Amino acid sequence: MKKLVLLTALGGLVLGSGCATVKPWQRNTLADYKMRGDRDPLAIAMDEHIYFSREAASGGRGVGGGGCGCN
Amino acid sequence: MNMSLVKKSLWAGALALAMCAPLALAGGKGVKVGDAFPELSSFGLEGKLPDDLKGKVVLVDFWASWCGPCKESFPVMEEMHKKYAAKGLVILAVNVDEDAAAMKDFLKDHPATFTIVHDAKKQLVGLVNISSMPTSIVLGKDGKVVSIHKGFHGKETAKQYAKEFDELLGANQASQ
Repeated sequence: MKKLVLLTALGGLVLGSGCATVKPWQRNTLADYKMRGDRDPLAIAMDEHIYFSREAASGGRGVGGGGCGCN
Repeated sequence: MNMSLVKKSLWAGALALAMCAPLALAGGKGVKVGDAFPELSSFGLEGKLPDDLKGKVVLVDFWASWCGPCKESFPVMEEMHKKYAAKGLVILAVNVDEDAAAMKDFLKDHPATFTIVHDAKKQLVGLVNISSMPTSIVLGKDGKVVSIHKGFHGKETAKQYAKEFDELLGANQASQ
């Protein structure tokens, strides 16, 4: 029983340590052009076409948390 | 399975996660309007700080070379510096780049005559715990925070700066 409790606590610690808050002044790498989701317009157009023609879905591609995060 | 065992395990997991929470929320408590701004000389800022800030209205601006709105804010701050420096305004731009070379490259393209320092250790920005880039803080002549501008919103922010500086420096001159 103690082993299970200990394992759960350790598991929680391991999972919890994976969480990190990126402060606004730490977004240097995230602000890089290479990190932008819209850096390749052709690839985006192709993806959109696939989603639209296969799933009748469009839009909703925005992802929070990336980029400069400024303002 | 024994229910008390399940409960104990869940509590242990919750406790472990709770122990991690402070790590995720690490950072200074920040400053708010009315607070005395921390003594700038105690943060190991790289660059020359103005000799005496007592009795001056100070604009402390946190910026980085990779931040788009910061590029827009520089010409406005330069304009404010030229207009209000003689009346007692000091602009202190605190750079938070990892690499000082990036800051120097930025300044080649966006020259500034106001004071620029580099917070290499991130001690000041960590203590102030800004929530947006850029963030500028206006300090009154008593060293207390008068206003906090989160982000830079072009003409709107420029107008707010001018209004605040007119009020603070006008009052400053009248009391002398």
